[in-house]
Formats: sequence, structure tokens, C-alpha cells
Amino acid sequence: MSDQEPILKARNLVKRYGRVTAIDHADFDLYPGEILAVIGDNGAGKSSLIKAVSGAVVPDSGEIWLEGKKVTFYNPIEAREAGIETVYQTLAMSPALSIADNMFMGREIRREGFLGKYLRMLDKKKMEDFARQKLSDLGLMTIQNINQAVETLSGGQRQGVAVARAAAFGSKVIILDEPTAALGVKESRRVLELIMDVKSRGIPIILISHNMPHVFEVADRIHVHRLGKRLTVVDPRKCTMSDAVAYMTGAKEPDPSQQAA
Amino acid sequence: MSDADNYEASTRGGKSDSQAEFEYEEKGLLGRIHSILHHSPALVPLIVLVLAVIVFGLLNANFWRVSTLSLIFQQIGIVGILGIAQSLVILTAGIDLSVGAMAVLSSVIMGQFTFRYGIPPSAAIVIGLAAGTAMGALNGVLVAKLRIPPFITTLGTWQIFLAANYIYSANETIRSQELDAEAPVLKFWGSTFEVFDARVTYGVVLLLVLVAIMAYVLRHTAWGRHVYAVGDDEEAAQLSGVNRSRQLIQVYALAGFFCAIAGWVMIGRFGSVSPSASTGQLGNIQAITAVVIGGISLFGGRGTIVGMFLGALIVGAFEMGLRLAGADAQWTYLLIGVLIIAAVAVDQWIRKASA
Repeated sequence: MSDQEPILKARNLVKRYGRVTAIDHADFDLYPGEILAVIGDNGAGKSSLIKAVSGAVVPDSGEIWLEGKKVTFYNPIEAREAGIETVYQTLAMSPALSIADNMFMGREIRREGFLGKYLRMLDKKKMEDFARQKLSDLGLMTIQNINQAVETLSGGQRQGVAVARAAAFGSKVIILDEPTAALGVKESRRVLELIMDVKSRGIPIILISHNMPHVFEVADRIHVHRLGKRLTVVDPRKCTMSDAVAYMTGAKEPDPSQQAA
Repeated sequence: MSDADNYEASTRGGKSDSQAEFEYEEKGLLGRIHSILHHSPALVPLIVLVLAVIVFGLLNANFWRVSTLSLIFQQIGIVGILGIAQSLVILTAGIDLSVGAMAVLSSVIMGQFTFRYGIPPSAAIVIGLAAGTAMGALNGVLVAKLRIPPFITTLGTWQIFLAANYIYSANETIRSQELDAEAPVLKFWGSTFEVFDARVTYGVVLLLVLVAIMAYVLRHTAWGRHVYAVGDDEEAAQLSGVNRSRQLIQVYALAGFFCAIAGWVMIGRFGSVSPSASTGQLGNIQAITAVVIGGISLFGGRGTIVGMFLGALIVGAFEMGLRLAGADAQWTYLLIGVLIIAAVAVDQWIRKASA
């Protein structure tokens, strides 16, 4: 992987909140087509780091490159427009609205011609067809009624719709924040399969998770975040879960032989 | 109770078997009613309205006359338009206690600008509409930017607008004869045309048109979907790319605009420009009543303008029907009170089992 250029790269990111330094000269690299897990203890600053690359937080200093081009995001919408989609832990879906409504929230398609241009009428059919198509692309398609309210779906189904939304629009990078944290065993399994499915379509994924078995199952590389910066990046095939947890908590110094290439 | 249990069981089934598969299980009668209502909450007020029309007609056949029905429409004209404003705000999980005050102050501005400053009445109307919009926008800025809870914001502006209305007008009423002589356009919405043997005011037509327009906007435009999204889950809407503050300010401003229209309609309905019109004090409660009976959730994100319109019609039908049946007027208030509580109970039921 190291011979490739990172699709998303960050150097020397700093973010301070008053006297607290959430990100302390952190680096970050995501390579094309990979699943990069980001792990770290509570308060290590991993969510601040992820927010910095997804536009939710504007770093005080440091630089970010997307596909080799320097970028600055002032809000998540800008990152989204650049092709970085985030599935938040809360999923960011409106429960009372339909699957189709949610998939297109903030980027609705209008009808062509007079109706769309002057009456601003939405093209519901087009959006429903697109949503149905995207769900079936990911094998989520037994959804008969795309107009079903999201609140009538189970937790795993909601996660599935959120991932499908990200995969549908995230042309370059998808960020998944704790996608399995709220799910049961079987539903978690489905979501992991879904993540592998998205990967097989060539879209790189950043996976933030506390769940070591899940991380070790799907990740190609594991970014260990500690005290506001990247401590090391390990290869899950060369490193055990307890080692990773030890690095995370500072119980052990990183072993160079376990580092990801 | 049993339907809720079934419902949970069906979701659990979905969880363990498959991730995005939907199973259509027999839900039982109550469960089916629940899912229909969940999809179209306006059905409840529709059924209540139909029953009310049947019962009141049986009590007194005069109720079914076209002229009676047209009178009901006229009586809900102002409340209906205020109800549109209130619906927009409540759909965003807010509340607007200042709707009546905005309407009265706007109508006073239209009247005073014409008679005190000699501005052409049509220009005064435009100024009045702009003033209503500005008042609404003020509410919106306080709610969206300063994050003052909508109830407190509009409790304050209600008093402010109402007091400003008395101070500015010096509590002076512009009488019907003056309006007829110099500014008949101010009374336009009170003028009538004939349908069958009944006289219908243009104000009623305006209400129907506004309800149709807003029903379309809420259902078929991105802006309308964003109103629901902000009311449903503000955070989620923001993360999905909806500009929460802008949306809220627009909603409150549009509500103010509708209140100003209601103010204009009031001049025609009452035949005068009166700063002490009861709408200033009671308009908010009447509008909230129509909204709640119409099945719009006070928690935001659920309900329709058409539901609110049916809610306003129910109130109108009860007032008229009980009067024709010779009942004490207090029975109207008593029954409306029962309806409000019943409507909210139904809303709780719909929302509970859907979570």
C-alpha cells in the first residue's frame, strides 16, 4: 500500500479547546480501496480527528489533502460535496420521514421543466427509484415500501439505510462512526458484511469502533490514536487484539515489526 | 396494548432474521388501524368531522343547508389562516403564541397607514404584510439564533405586539363607513358572491387556496420536507445538510406573513379596523386548537395542513351545530376541550408504537 498515494492525507493537525488539546499534531493516511480502522481510548481525540477530516470541526492548524489536492472544509456539507460521506453514530435520520426522504435530505431532486423550475416540485418517483436501486445494490433490497417511515425499521435496517445513503453519494471516502455499537450480534454481522460489500465496490472506508473483534475482522490497517496523535498504524495480521489495546491504553510501546507496511 | 406487543415482536423478528427485509405480518385490526393512522394522521379529524356533520344534521336539519355550511366556513376563515401559520411553526416542534397579535397589529398598520398618513390603501396593505413578515422573522431570529424556547419567545412577543398595537393605534377604531368611503380594498375579503342560494365571502376562497398551496409546498417541495425534518430531529436535519437556523427563520417569517393576511381578512370580516379585536387575545389559542384537533403533533414533524383545516372545520361545526340544537354555548367549549385531549391522546398512541 505504501507505494500508493493516500486518497486522504492529513499532516500536523491541531485543534485546541481552551486549554485542552484535542488534536495534537496528528497525522492521518487513508489509502485507496482500504478499510482503515481508527481505535483509541475514550478522550484520545479520535472523534475530533475524524470530525476534522469530515468537516465537522475546523482544525486550528495543519493540512488535509484529498486525492493529492489540498482541501479545507468549514462544515460537513462541504466535505460531503467533495465526496466524503459520514455515517454518524446517531445516523442523522429523521425517524418520521420515509427512507426515500431521508436518503435525499438536503440534496433533493426536482422535476424537470416548468413544475420543477417554477413550482419547485420534487421528482418523487426518480428519488424513490434511485433509493430502491441503491438499497438493492447493497443487497438490502427486500424493502417493498421505500416510503416506509424510518422509525418503523429495526436498528440494523436503519444502519443499513444510512450506509446505503453514504455509499450512494460518497464517491471518494466513507466514514463510519461506531456502526455496530448499538446493534445485537446478528445485526452487527449484517452490517460488517455490508461494510465489506461497500469496500468491494472500491470505496475506501474509515471505521471508528471500540469493538476489537469487529475491527480485526474487517480492517486492512489499524490507526491507533493516543493522546491526541497517531501513535502507530498496525497490521491486524501481525498484531493481536490485546497488543492493540495495550498500545491504545499506553500499557505497551508499539513494536515496529507489527506496523502496517 | 396487545397491538403494541405485536408490533415489538414483529420488529424483533426482523432484527434477528435479516437486516433490511420487511416482513408483512398480520397485525390484527388495531395494529392495522394504527399503521393507517401513522401514515395519514388527518384521517382522525376527517372521521370526527363527518360524524359531527351527520349528528348535527340529524339534530336540526337546517344544519345541512348550504347557507349554514357556508357560514361555518366564513366563521373559521381567520382561525384557518392563523392555523396555517401555527401549523408551520408547530411542525418545526415550536409554538407561536403571537399569531393573533401579529394579525391585529398588521391590520392596524394597514388601516392607520391609509388613514393617518394618506398612503394609498393597496400600498398600506403591502406595508402591513411586510410588517407581519418582519414580526414573524423577529420570532424566528430569537428562536433560531438566540435559542430562546419558542414558547417563551412568542409569549414575550405576543405581549409586545399587542401592546404596540394599542399604543400605536391609540386604541382608535376605524369604522366601516370610513373604510367604504376611502379604502374599500381593505374590506375586499369580506365581500361576497353567490353559490347556489348561499353567499360566500372571498375570504373563504382565499383560505381554501392558501390551504391548497401550503399543502403542496409541504408535501412536494424540498423546503416543505425540510420543515418536517427540522421538527422531527433538528440535529439529524442539520447533519443531512439542512440549514436549521435559516429554515426556522423562514418558517416563523412565513407564519408572520400569513398572520398579516389574516389581519387583512379580519378587516373584511369585522367591517372595521379594531385594535381591540378578540383575535389578539384568543387567536393563538384558537389556532392551536385547530392544529391539535387536526392531528398535528405538538412534538413536531408530524401532521398536515389539511388536518389543521379539518380541525378548524370541526370547531366551526361544533359551534354552529350546538347553537342550532339550542344548547348552552358552554357545551361547545366543553366538547372542544374533550376533543383536544382526545386528539393529543391519539397522537401519543400513534407516536408511542412507532418508536
